Amino acid sequence: MQADSLSFIFLNTVLANNFVLAMFLGLCPFLGVSGKLSMAVPMGIATLFVMLVSSISAYAVNIILVALDIEFLRLIAYIAIIASAVQLVEMTLKKYSPTLFRSLGIFLPLITTNCAILGLALFQTFYQYNFAQSVTYAFGAGTGFILAITLMAGLREKLVLSKLPSVTQGAALSLMLGGLLSLAFMGFAGLGSVH
Amino acid sequence: MSRIRDNSISWETFNEGLWKENPVFVMLLGMCPVLAVTNSAMNALAMGIATAFVLVASSTLVSLLSKYIPKQVRIATYIIIIATFVTIVDYVIQAISLDLYNALGAFIQLIVVNCMILGRAESYASKYRPLKSIVNALGMSAGFTIALLSLGVVREILGAGSLFGIQLFGDNFQPWVVMVLPPGGFLVLGAWLLLFDWVNQRQQKKAEKQEAHHAS
Amino acid sequence: MNNPEANDEVSTTKEHQADTPSLRMISVLTGIAMLSGFLVVFTSQLTAPAIAENQRIAIEQAVSKVIPNSVSHREFALVDGQLGVVEKGSNQKIVYAGYDSDGEFLGIASRASAQGYAGMIYLLYGYDPFCQCIRGIKVLKMTETPGLGDKIITDKKFQKNFEQLDVQLNKKHSALKNKITMVKQGSKKNDWEIDAISGASISSNAVGKALNQSAQVLLPELYPLIEQLKQAE
Repeated sequence: MQADSLSFIFLNTVLANNFVLAMFLGLCPFLGVSGKLSMAVPMGIATLFVMLVSSISAYAVNIILVALDIEFLRLIAYIAIIASAVQLVEMTLKKYSPTLFRSLGIFLPLITTNCAILGLALFQTFYQYNFAQSVTYAFGAGTGFILAITLMAGLREKLVLSKLPSVTQGAALSLMLGGLLSLAFMGFAGLGSVH
Repeated sequence: MSRIRDNSISWETFNEGLWKENPVFVMLLGMCPVLAVTNSAMNALAMGIATAFVLVASSTLVSLLSKYIPKQVRIATYIIIIATFVTIVDYVIQAISLDLYNALGAFIQLIVVNCMILGRAESYASKYRPLKSIVNALGMSAGFTIALLSLGVVREILGAGSLFGIQLFGDNFQPWVVMVLPPGGFLVLGAWLLLFDWVNQRQQKKAEKQEAHHAS
Repeated sequence: MNNPEANDEVSTTKEHQADTPSLRMISVLTGIAMLSGFLVVFTSQLTAPAIAENQRIAIEQAVSKVIPNSVSHREFALVDGQLGVVEKGSNQKIVYAGYDSDGEFLGIASRASAQGYAGMIYLLYGYDPFCQCIRGIKVLKMTETPGLGDKIITDKKFQKNFEQLDVQLNKKHSALKNKITMVKQGSKKNDWEIDAISGASISSNAVGKALNQSAQVLLPELYPLIEQLKQAE
């Protein structure tokens, strides 16, 4: 396998292969918590946080799994570490930064069932990324998530003020917006392949 | 509870997931696979069946064991049970067809974090008897599969001009490629939801009118 | 094998119900974990032969496509310029030698990969040492845009490039005599050039790049081994 450079991985996951808009990972918070910017941004940051922690732990656990030749337990092991990683982030925040905890706290349990996190762990294993690549991948995915959810929240805040047919005021509108954003992000595809 | 009464409850329990609380169109649960793998009808069907298996099997086991599971560790237990069945499905699909496995990619393993399954375990299977839980899980699965198919069929016809891999149009058909790409997923689901809301609103208005009529 | 133990765990939980909750929690979790471990191991054992068979068929089909007329293949690992036995799970360079129904050696298939438009493109190509050319390619995995980038699979004209793509070695046998080059659609003049697909140039360029990179390294390494491969049946 050809080694992908770190900058390529980062840009690719933020823009071209954005986790939310191109790979459909983490849609629940993307549709659910994107009503207000003041909620969306902390949610994004919390997700980035958990992504970094669980990416590192997944990397470590995968080494053990491969060494013991018990790869069939990978899924169960990953979901267990993600749950623990979320717990860990929650406890650390509570201890060292109560203010941050107060603003992020309610989102943390939700993140456990965010498929972006498990997807990240599975994909970094699938691509056989090394440690630096995995961390960059997680950082890129988290940044991409923040970008997507912030854009979405900004758009929805504006739309609250505009007149819309009553049928469209609901999830349908969010999905249509998501579709347009996704279409826009498709313009980034091919980024990095023009050498 | 007599057998007959059990059955009469069953239709309601089944219908709940199929229509009234359809996981995709009404509850908006498990969106990731809904959008990601529905670029062809075949993938949508396979995903629906895989999810159905996990949902039914985990509901059964959770319902059977619910008496023994202490409250504090219940979520962890449910997750382990779900992850187990997902791993099983993962291996079975690999054994059946590698092409299908490659098409669905990581989304088979991501069934674990489908909120619909954990939600059913927590709110239904842990409270009701196995039989009822199974019926309910079957209904939910049917609703989920139908939703997946309704997206997959539309996207495949528009985006590739085929259905279940069979070409529908002549050579002159210019496929609407964007429909099988990510934006198409968002747009088609959005359109379905619009249709759903529109029908619902019309029915509500009709009912209101009728009520007003009766009242006068 | 583990099943009776798992059942024991569940029954002991019943007895422990009056005990401290933490003990009960631990025993329930252990029980569930054992049950799940048993189920997973059982399925993976049960499906392993079928999965291995599927993978074998997939490789067989790919090899028979890139080496025309081949009906069987053998795997070799390239270690320090020598043919070796493939070890499972190690990071070896693997080549597939294709044979016809009489057991005659026909050619070598190898993997190649390059960055395409939307992600990596992985392909298998067949090298025919008798004409010193590439006889066919098969895309194993890619994420190119449907309708545009996937023309590298569906475009018949593009596939025709690889029916006899010249990859002669130079006199020293250290590299290709002529680098595999991509040219604009319709301007192919030499046997070592590939007509790109207009409208999917990045994807088709990636195919050429993958082939060139792989062939430049593999073919010189393979050159002294060809005789050995002809004999190995």
